[in-house]
Amino acid sequence: MNHRPAALLALALAGTTLAIALPAGAATPAFTAERITLMTHDSFALSPEVLAGFTAATGVEVEILTAGDTGSMVNQAILAGDDPLADVIYGIDTTFLSRALDAGILEPYLSPALDAVPEALRLDPEGRATPIDYGDVCLNLDLEVFADGGLPRPETLDDLLRPELRDTLVVQDPSTSSPGLSFLLATIARYGEEGWRDYWAGLRANGVLVAADWSDAYFTHFSGGVNPGDRPIVVSYASSPVAEVIYADPRPATPPTAVMEDGCFRQVELAGVLRGTDAPAEARAFIDFLLSPEVQADIPLNMFVTPARTDIALPADYLAFTAVPAAPLTLDPARIGADRERWIEEWIETVLR
Amino acid sequence: MPALELRGVHARYAEREVLTGIDLAVEEGEVVALLGPSGSGKTTLLRIVAGLEQPSAGSVLLDGREVAGVPVHERGVGLMFQDYALFPHRDVAGNVGFGLRMAGRPAGEIRERVAEVLALVGLPGFEGRSVARLSGGEQQRVALARALAPRPRILMLDEPMGSLDRALRERLPDELAAIFRRLGLTVLYVTHDQDEALRVADRIVLLAGGRIEADGSPEALWSAPPTVFAAAFLGFRTIAHGELGDGAIRGPWGPIPLPAAAAPAASSGPVPFLLRPDAVRLDAAGPIAGTVSARRFRGDHVLLVVAVAGAPDLEVELRGGPLPAPGDPVRLAIDPAGVVLLRD
Amino acid sequence: MSRRAALLLALPPALFLAVFFAFPVLSIVALGVAPDGVPDPGALVRTWTSSSTLRVVAWTIGLALAATTLTLLAGLPAAWVFARFRFPGKRLLRALLTVPFVLPSVVVGAAFLALLGPRSPLNALLTAIAGPDAPQVRLDGTTIAILLASVFYNVAVVLRLVGGFWAHLDPRAEEAARVLGASPWRAFREVTWPLLRPAVLSAVSIVLLFTLTSFGIVLVLGGPGQATLEVEIWRRTALLLDLPAAAALSILQVGGVFLLLLASARAQERLAVAQRLRPAAETERAPRTRRERFVVGTVLAGLIALVGLPLLILVERSFAVGAGYGLTAWTTLGSLPQRAGLFVPPAEAIGNSLLFAFATLLVAGSLGLSAALAIGSRRGWLPQTFDALLMLPVGTSAVTVGFGFLVALGEPPLDLRTSILLIPLAHALVALPFVIRATAPVIRSIDPRLREAAAVLGASPGRAWREVDAPIVARAALVGAGFAFAISLGEFGATLFIARPATPTLPVAIYRLLGLPGPLPFAQAMALATILLVLTAISVLAIERLRGSGPSPF
Repeated sequence: MNHRPAALLALALAGTTLAIALPAGAATPAFTAERITLMTHDSFALSPEVLAGFTAATGVEVEILTAGDTGSMVNQAILAGDDPLADVIYGIDTTFLSRALDAGILEPYLSPALDAVPEALRLDPEGRATPIDYGDVCLNLDLEVFADGGLPRPETLDDLLRPELRDTLVVQDPSTSSPGLSFLLATIARYGEEGWRDYWAGLRANGVLVAADWSDAYFTHFSGGVNPGDRPIVVSYASSPVAEVIYADPRPATPPTAVMEDGCFRQVELAGVLRGTDAPAEARAFIDFLLSPEVQADIPLNMFVTPARTDIALPADYLAFTAVPAAPLTLDPARIGADRERWIEEWIETVLR
Repeated sequence: MPALELRGVHARYAEREVLTGIDLAVEEGEVVALLGPSGSGKTTLLRIVAGLEQPSAGSVLLDGREVAGVPVHERGVGLMFQDYALFPHRDVAGNVGFGLRMAGRPAGEIRERVAEVLALVGLPGFEGRSVARLSGGEQQRVALARALAPRPRILMLDEPMGSLDRALRERLPDELAAIFRRLGLTVLYVTHDQDEALRVADRIVLLAGGRIEADGSPEALWSAPPTVFAAAFLGFRTIAHGELGDGAIRGPWGPIPLPAAAAPAASSGPVPFLLRPDAVRLDAAGPIAGTVSARRFRGDHVLLVVAVAGAPDLEVELRGGPLPAPGDPVRLAIDPAGVVLLRD
Repeated sequence: MSRRAALLLALPPALFLAVFFAFPVLSIVALGVAPDGVPDPGALVRTWTSSSTLRVVAWTIGLALAATTLTLLAGLPAAWVFARFRFPGKRLLRALLTVPFVLPSVVVGAAFLALLGPRSPLNALLTAIAGPDAPQVRLDGTTIAILLASVFYNVAVVLRLVGGFWAHLDPRAEEAARVLGASPWRAFREVTWPLLRPAVLSAVSIVLLFTLTSFGIVLVLGGPGQATLEVEIWRRTALLLDLPAAAALSILQVGGVFLLLLASARAQERLAVAQRLRPAAETERAPRTRRERFVVGTVLAGLIALVGLPLLILVERSFAVGAGYGLTAWTTLGSLPQRAGLFVPPAEAIGNSLLFAFATLLVAGSLGLSAALAIGSRRGWLPQTFDALLMLPVGTSAVTVGFGFLVALGEPPLDLRTSILLIPLAHALVALPFVIRATAPVIRSIDPRLREAAAVLGASPGRAWREVDAPIVARAALVGAGFAFAISLGEFGATLFIARPATPTLPVAIYRLLGLPGPLPFAQAMALATILLVLTAISVLAIERLRGSGPSPF
């Protein structure tokens, strides 16, 4: 894309740029663009020195443009149309993949690094979206409540309907929250089109609480760790227990929360070259970069998701406290794209009205 | 050459004539009171002289020079606004020195002149005060000082006593008059209060309905108001109509002989006339019989109201002598010297 | 001022509004109404009359009316106390009460969650008294929480608009009524209330505008099913990309807001009674009787509790890391969190916020002054309509404007879509009406005779403007610019769309930190919120100092 004086002025005004320019001369000669823009969601994070590796290797700076949550990001990319806001996009997930593909905002590119990525993650056979990592949305449990002598610890989605666990679950509104939608999709994957509404009617009868978004559910209603709520079961991520250790001061020996392995929904995160970019070669290089061993190894403790490549050694902290469910639930992105709105409307009818 | 001259000045506001052909000349050093009821056009006249309004016809001359094309700020006149319009964001010195600063005077001179003028209006040392914290009388003096400081060729004051309390209204007109005389100022002083006008001015111009109704010295105007309106506005109450003829005027109280010089030819219809209070006196042999209906003490005299059968009440000013009580029958005589023939 | 000069002055703000508001909003709405270039009015009507739209609209209006009524009930006694009584710390208290008005909704949401949620001080107290099985008070997710937060937000509007006007009313009118035999209540109803009505109406219209379009607070505090029109527009646009429905709802919202503003401007003009206002210092007095002292004390205590408690709890939570209290959250603000869209140490957000706020001050200050000069110097329907139009961005959802930018401003030379310049521009859009409200009444109140007096004393028209108007206008413009500064500090909704990870503002950094699990980020968010609070309070205090006791309520 063009880099206009206004943008440069803006950067000067802001005083800081994320990209760290290295001395010229070390760069490879193949690239002509000075800078590319990466469009991504709010949760994007990499170690700065790892990110700087791209500039070091190619001489191309990376400017990062966050565009809200995943849905909002995809929608903005679609609305920008033929004059894209960025050159490359990262963070499209299973839920929104079909919308992005249908809108035709991505150019096909098959990275050589894809060989190290399992077939199951390669959701678009044409290669318009490249899998980078995946994470699971799972129920998190407050271990203190489910310790010996406490409430019976739930093991399956069905357990949540048990009367002993009345008023223990908090979920997010799938119409406004991404993990909330993932959990809804998990129940649809499990109980099918004919059964999921009955399951939710059961949850409703058993006192499920619906929060507007993840923070509200986790920080306000969940009781695990130091969180102030009174609900010991929350819809969150498989990696949340790790964060409870890493981001506590002092660090506890083991996490105060745990993941329930049944009922997890797997979200694959993908990247793609935006159609209409002025720097397609640089954009493709960035996709290769995202799949490089350095970045893949940096992903777990920055974004708390599992890298797509199978040949990467995961950090010890991540391995110790993250449960990667063996058999997560999934749905075909095309089916999600076709039915998502209807499911949400039906969910609202079932749970809120 | 008059300091100010107006020739056939007309002014209109949205179809309404506010001034209809004003001719007026103010001589150097003259203090002229522009007297009139509200709505008579006196403020408009001031604003036209200042250049804040444009006349729809006629011309204004300052020191003999036509000023139609001269903008307000180059006319060099002083105007003290009703309610003063002091600059709230400046202190007393900032207000008083404003005009001098506009004239580009050096700071030292401004400082001296401000002190001088403030002393003149009785506010020495007030330079640093905030105008918002001044009393009404102090604000008035600051406004006067502000108008005086640049030594305007003519000073105009718009109802300067307008918002002051009674005690100040009693005292200040005489102080103002003293300042005007001491500085030899040419002054145009707008007021609706005849007493104030009489005390301040060398000459009174009475304005009514956009026209000049009367023009003369306070004494002349007082002894012989020219019109019914002027007489009534100056506070005279005993005004009636009568037929002229045979050197006398025949009104409701019977015929009153007129001095030969004052007696004009016989009129064809009723003519308005005024009996000044000093014209009526108690006279046991007088031609008019009446009954005392009220007695009012007025400080230096007693006012006797006498009901006359078939005619309006008469008022008698008594200074000494026997005092009839209400209900007493009395006889009255009218002194022809106290009769003033009026125009409608 | 001549009509021509007024039009010339109105031009820059009008252009600004056209390019950065009207054009983008119309573009995105057009895309929704006529996706293929052919408008489909049937679809609009279908959306407007669908049961879900009607439900959302009814809920939005109901919520706004309830919140406005409550705000008025809380604000009027406060306005009375501030208008009529002198008490120590009045200026400081008035400044502090204004702080919530410019706080971002994330912060307010977090404060109310901490105050009304499960581990509120009240619940801690209940547990301490009655043990772990004590009954708990939970207001989060309820309508009550939304209403309380709305009152918290908007009570300053009533205090400033109504109280500011009330302070200039001559108390002798009411005293005259008392002497003529009216009870205190009757005297208020018959004399003071009719005079106050234009100010109350103006406050009501502003509070209604804010409550009708409140977004963040509803999202954070409201439970599901409590979606307002604003939330629904955001959901349809940002999440579902259902542009036709979003466009229909946006038209409904913007149209409704415009009618509300216009009707209120008309009504204010109709109700206005010409009267001589008196300096506030002359109308206030110390409370005299024991009963007066009690009433004043009670009202002030209630206000302090309503506004002070949520603010205090923010500060308290910034020290609560883990089990006890500590400074960890504060000492770690300078280090990199490396997560969740926050690419710089949280402390850098302070500098960014100040920089953007300063840029906003310049943009909104100059445009606002220009608009205020045009509006303040003329009367009639044209300046009135212009004023209402300039207020529209406040009543339009940030997502409509933000997505409008994407559609409309893609072509050079206007491709600012990804430029960081958009932040001060967007902030200026929101701040502009407040700058105008702080400036135009002052300009209107300048006695034209002051200019005449200057002219008679020898000042040319230009000089008279410089000597008389300019100092008064400049002061008002500084006050307006101060508001632009404070509003920029607290703006959140639009900034979230535009801010880059390398340059977060304080509210954005707070929001990012709130999105991270674990106790430390939460405490850091609260520490940043405390800093924001202090910065806002300082700017509001500076405004108070500058403002003096002029006639402008804002």
